[in-house]
Amino acid sequence: MTPSPAILDSMPPSVPSDSTLLLITAVAVVIGAIAIVAAVGFRLSRSYRELGTEAEHATFAALHSAAAAGRQLRNGLEPAGALKASKQLRSLLNCAAFAMTDDSRLLAWDGSGTAAKQPESAVVMGLVAKALSTGRTQVATLEPALRSSLGLPPDGELKAAVICPLKVDSRAVGCVVILSKAPTAGLVRATNEVAAWVSAQLELAELSSSRTLLAEAEVRALRAQISPHFIYNSLNAIASFINTDPQRARDLVVEFADFTRYSFRRHGDFTTLAEELRCIDRYLLLESARFGDRLQISLQIAPEVLSTVIPFLSLQPLVENAVRHGIEAKVGSGLVQISARDLGAHTEVTIEDDGVGMDPEQLRQVLAGRQDGTHVGLRNVDARLRQVYGDDHGLTIDTGVGHGMLITMTVPKNQPGHDA
Amino acid sequence: MNPGIGYTALILVSAITTIIGFYGLRVSRTTSDFYVASRTVKPWWNASAIGGEYLSAASFLGIAGLIAMSGLDALWFPIGYTAGYLMLLFFVAAPLRRSGAYTIPDFAEARLESTTARYVTSVLVVVVGWFYIVPQLHGAALTIRTTTGLPSWVGAGSVVVVVCLTVVTGGMRSITFVQAFQYWLKLTALAVPAIFILLMLSGTTGTGGAAIPAGTELFPPSMPLSGDSTYSTLSLMVALLFGTLGLPHVLVRFYTNPDGAAARRTTLIVLGLLAIFYLFPTIYGVLGRVFLPGLAANGYPDATVLLLPGTLIGGLGGEILSALVVAGAFAAFLSTTSGLVVSLAGVISQDVLGGSVRGFRIAAVFAAVVPFGVAMVTDSLALAGSVGLVFAFTASTICPLLLLGIWWRGLTDAGAVAGMLAGGILCGSAIMLGAQMGADSVWRDLLTQPAAWTVPAAFLVTILVSKATAHRRSSSVSRFMTKLHVPERPLVVENPRTQPN
Repeated sequence: MTPSPAILDSMPPSVPSDSTLLLITAVAVVIGAIAIVAAVGFRLSRSYRELGTEAEHATFAALHSAAAAGRQLRNGLEPAGALKASKQLRSLLNCAAFAMTDDSRLLAWDGSGTAAKQPESAVVMGLVAKALSTGRTQVATLEPALRSSLGLPPDGELKAAVICPLKVDSRAVGCVVILSKAPTAGLVRATNEVAAWVSAQLELAELSSSRTLLAEAEVRALRAQISPHFIYNSLNAIASFINTDPQRARDLVVEFADFTRYSFRRHGDFTTLAEELRCIDRYLLLESARFGDRLQISLQIAPEVLSTVIPFLSLQPLVENAVRHGIEAKVGSGLVQISARDLGAHTEVTIEDDGVGMDPEQLRQVLAGRQDGTHVGLRNVDARLRQVYGDDHGLTIDTGVGHGMLITMTVPKNQPGHDA
Repeated sequence: MNPGIGYTALILVSAITTIIGFYGLRVSRTTSDFYVASRTVKPWWNASAIGGEYLSAASFLGIAGLIAMSGLDALWFPIGYTAGYLMLLFFVAAPLRRSGAYTIPDFAEARLESTTARYVTSVLVVVVGWFYIVPQLHGAALTIRTTTGLPSWVGAGSVVVVVCLTVVTGGMRSITFVQAFQYWLKLTALAVPAIFILLMLSGTTGTGGAAIPAGTELFPPSMPLSGDSTYSTLSLMVALLFGTLGLPHVLVRFYTNPDGAAARRTTLIVLGLLAIFYLFPTIYGVLGRVFLPGLAANGYPDATVLLLPGTLIGGLGGEILSALVVAGAFAAFLSTTSGLVVSLAGVISQDVLGGSVRGFRIAAVFAAVVPFGVAMVTDSLALAGSVGLVFAFTASTICPLLLLGIWWRGLTDAGAVAGMLAGGILCGSAIMLGAQMGADSVWRDLLTQPAAWTVPAAFLVTILVSKATAHRRSSSVSRFMTKLHVPERPLVVENPRTQPN
């Protein structure tokens, strides 16, 4: 039946034609079907391949649980991870309930049947107090009173609890608790082994967090310092103007003061591209006092990227490198070009000079830290960028003897964790 | 219509867009003066750019088409499209800018500290973006078909090619300038012909030919309007008000503002710019009802804007004005599509291709080609309507995440994911079902305009699940909230000593 024109006219217009929706539905159904078939096929092929002996299967299951639990403990003892790990570990030990505590509270409780309900934190902590203080495995018999305070039926069959302390550096930081009908020697040993394994995971977590701390400390230590040569040269240049052009000398001293205020600031490891550019402006004003017309500057900054967050003092050393190692050694005048471009999700900053350049092999040595001396600023910035944004975001440097140097730095725009 | 008009306009707009994209920065920003180089984008510029990116095929062609087809009720569309920015101004603009996040998934991850929430948001953003690009390509196809007689795929294809080329070859170096230019081009392209037509109709220019017959009723009561109920109108307004909050390409633009206060000022100016712009599609729509009544019946009411100048003003003047309108329409397709492609490429490259610069380019092509495929095998009757459905979907999915994420400490990752999925599934299936319903079904309104109940449902699910999973609250929520709501230090402390004044 074809609708008459009047009906067509009275239809709300905000409906795309049926063909659009039919197509979308069809595409969604097809994609869904393909996904289901693929998933089922994958599972089937996997399970055929892995059907080994019973023992192989058990080993695989145990290792799988352990690996899954290990991932959850990567951040140390915290409730969300502990709960997921407890589920895996309970299936490994095949016990009625599995709990994890730290040294002050119950973190996770996973149980089945009558033990499914999580008891009060204080009751469990009372149960584990002895194991925590002695650092030894305890086997407790659950009296009816204790059972009811744990939320178990007083006449239930869960009569025993095995409590193993978790130790990091031989200090008890928490406990694992399991409930079972009877504390067989095998179960106690298995629980001990699980506790030892969890302890090892916690030590790993501690190790990884101290590695992060170390990396942060390194970044802080690497935070560029203002170069002594620059202070010396600037003061000399200012001194030369004091008699001939006192007003200019005064302006330069003020610029110098502003520059040092910025570079000595204590708060924050990050700044914005705009602030860093102001710092470079002051730096170049001071250098121009020394170089005069020999130093030419060209800038091309996309306004969209001015608010990009970058590590504090990460551009100024690159400009200083261009001036001191590129232009200073060159006969005649030199040009430093600074540009910042919008690359979608990234910001690209380039600093190019037409100075004397450098042997690429030597530069590689410097960046690898095998050679001290000049260009320390480059290595410092490169190391910090890699530290903060990963190895993909190190400096890219194109250079050759006599061919100037082009330094490219790419940083992601999205850095909610970094406050400028 | 003379096909030459279409070709000229298309080539001119594409060429100017590309040239500004490539050389705009070089011309306007090459300097040795740091003060000039580090001038931030002024709110006026950025507001024009947002206007340029936001005013899509739906605004340029669709609104006039809807008014021509269904009359008064369509006037709610321009109101809703503009008023969404009021919500953005009040609730989202400044805090989102302060968050430092570049895309919506970035925000989700930073606020909720969950990669799952990030992935769900990414998928939704990409879906929203794709379905927003499709009507743009439909608009391009319609424009090319109407003005040059070439097959539909040429129009859609040329938009995709131009956008891909500029994005992949790095032609968005000065994207703010390009988009700002597009806004003013669109405004001129609608305003100048409209003014000429009005002058002519009022008889002052005397070129004659047409006049509104005395006593014409523009919206005669005898002719049933679209028959929309109060519910439909209300639901549409909910969709448009809340949907604007989640549009990925608009939010990316806010990153360009130096700080939260500038983001607010920008939004305020956008409101003004949009309000002026939407006067003109309304004029075209009303005139279209009088002079081109056949179009709505033919099923191509969206061509009203394109055909009106040529029909009413004959001769060379009419051709020039037609070319201007076609150019404006192409600016609309190009700017919205490129804005969406850039923001989608950011999301796709980050989540699928590891976030490299090369990955961004691959993702850009991917982001443009998929909707091209969808647009080729589908056809749209009403551009403004299909864009309205995208708004309903956005309002039911991304809007709860943004609003609650910014204003409610209690939001958890599980709550956000549950809310987004619930809103997405409800809204998506309602739209699908609604399209299959008979015109007389009582459920039809509820299903074709679902926002009025899917948006509250999504909020409700988000809040309830967050309450139930309070233990999953992100531990750094206080710090992040402070960052969102405390005004930041000014970006550049202007130093009076170095000011050249």
